[in-house]
Amino acid sequence: MMRISKYVLYDIVRNKVVLAYTAFLLVISFSLFQMEENSSKAVLSLLNIVLIVVPLVSMVFSTIHWYNSYEFIELMLTQPISRNKVLLSEWAGISGSLLTAYLVGVGLPVLLYNFDSTGLALLLVGSLLTLVFTAIAFLAAVKSKDKARGIGAALLLWFYFALIYDGLVLLILFAFSDYPMEKATLALSSLNPIDLGRIYLMLQMDVSALMGYTGATYKEFFGSSLGLFYTLGIMLIWIVVPVWLAVRSFARKDL
Amino acid sequence: MITVKNLNKRFRKLQALQNISVEMKPGQVVALIGPNGSGKTTLIKSILGLVKPDSGTIYFNGTAIDEKVDYRKQIGYMPQIGRYPENMKIGQLFDMIKNIRNESAPLDEELYHRFKLDAIKDKSMRALSGGTRQKVSAALAFLFDADVLILDEPTAGLDPLSSELLKEKIIAEKGKGKLILITSHILSDLEELTTDVLYLQEGKIIFYQSMPELREETGEEKLGKAIAWHMKHALKKDMAYLKIAK
Repeated sequence: MMRISKYVLYDIVRNKVVLAYTAFLLVISFSLFQMEENSSKAVLSLLNIVLIVVPLVSMVFSTIHWYNSYEFIELMLTQPISRNKVLLSEWAGISGSLLTAYLVGVGLPVLLYNFDSTGLALLLVGSLLTLVFTAIAFLAAVKSKDKARGIGAALLLWFYFALIYDGLVLLILFAFSDYPMEKATLALSSLNPIDLGRIYLMLQMDVSALMGYTGATYKEFFGSSLGLFYTLGIMLIWIVVPVWLAVRSFARKDL
Repeated sequence: MITVKNLNKRFRKLQALQNISVEMKPGQVVALIGPNGSGKTTLIKSILGLVKPDSGTIYFNGTAIDEKVDYRKQIGYMPQIGRYPENMKIGQLFDMIKNIRNESAPLDEELYHRFKLDAIKDKSMRALSGGTRQKVSAALAFLFDADVLILDEPTAGLDPLSSELLKEKIIAEKGKGKLILITSHILSDLEELTTDVLYLQEGKIIFYQSMPELREETGEEKLGKAIAWHMKHALKKDMAYLKIAK
């Protein structure tokens, strides 16, 4: 498996998109830390960018790379290599390189300017989101043979998680505003890894004091180590389930 | 060596393979022929595990292939249209395959050298002509000295000289007692190689006979004429059926 991943990595390094992504993250992070006097404010701004950019880049890059390396995948499958191995090596190669890009691009500035628990939480959230969204992108790519459809599906999924879902949650909260919704919103946030990441990180910061009663209940939950394990657990499910579904669907596919 | 039992495969509306049962043994050179879209490539891809059949089983040396992959070590496959990572060079491609297979057995690089691929090993795959691509496919198929060779239209697109080289190689491998499965539309190419003929049409086996049997039944010496005879014969049967049906 390592041997195949090595060739996937080699291919990714050569096409330079990941290098550009790293540079982009570096520039954004450094300039935010330079502009804001209060570095924890910079982390908050950085979070908002990370929550949009990381899922988008992970999704689009993974799907396009999958279709571009289709010849390689076909070639591997005529050799004595199992389909699971090919798919998992591809996923390991792509998510590994995107993860490295994130850890260099955001990790380095955070390490220099704001190396505390919020900084680490930002790195954790971004890393998990990278893995989650490459997994979802793989599922979308394996499910659709047509390139345009695959990339379209990935973009729609990104729209859903990044924008549409929040609207739906707001709608629900508004409709049921007479009822206590703390527990329900917690459950709702688990259905969207971006929201979960946002809430987890916000509650590591002081801004949670501005969120009133709901903020207090959340703070109690997410501030504790239980909250950390809950976030990790849900994110892990968001990684494992799409990858597993992709492996299953790929095993049955005709090439 | 390869046994196919009641294989069925459907692509949406098209029944690509219909109840195919065949047995192939070492030393045979099976010519797989039939019109375009008759299911030849689907059958080959099913044997390789690239296409998953709807029902039926394929046995390789007595064991069902199902989800296993190790049996593919013993198959050298030359695809009809060789698709390779476009940004790789020929030399890199061969190095990669060797590295991933990581086999200690000696390699058979005869075709690689005879096709003079070593002279153009720095050429990118993107820049290759169809014929050179075929040469790469052929050299890869023979590289690991596999017991079974599956060649999907091997001579299509090759210049006459390379085509002859490839045929010589196939005859040499036949001499070693390998099982070779070839599809082609150029019957004169097959004539010198084949020991058995498997004729597919619309996903069904029309006949599977050895060359002597075929010659005896049809009374024709040439492969092309023998097949034409079969087709005419089959057509007569159809006519008779139509008359009765009326």
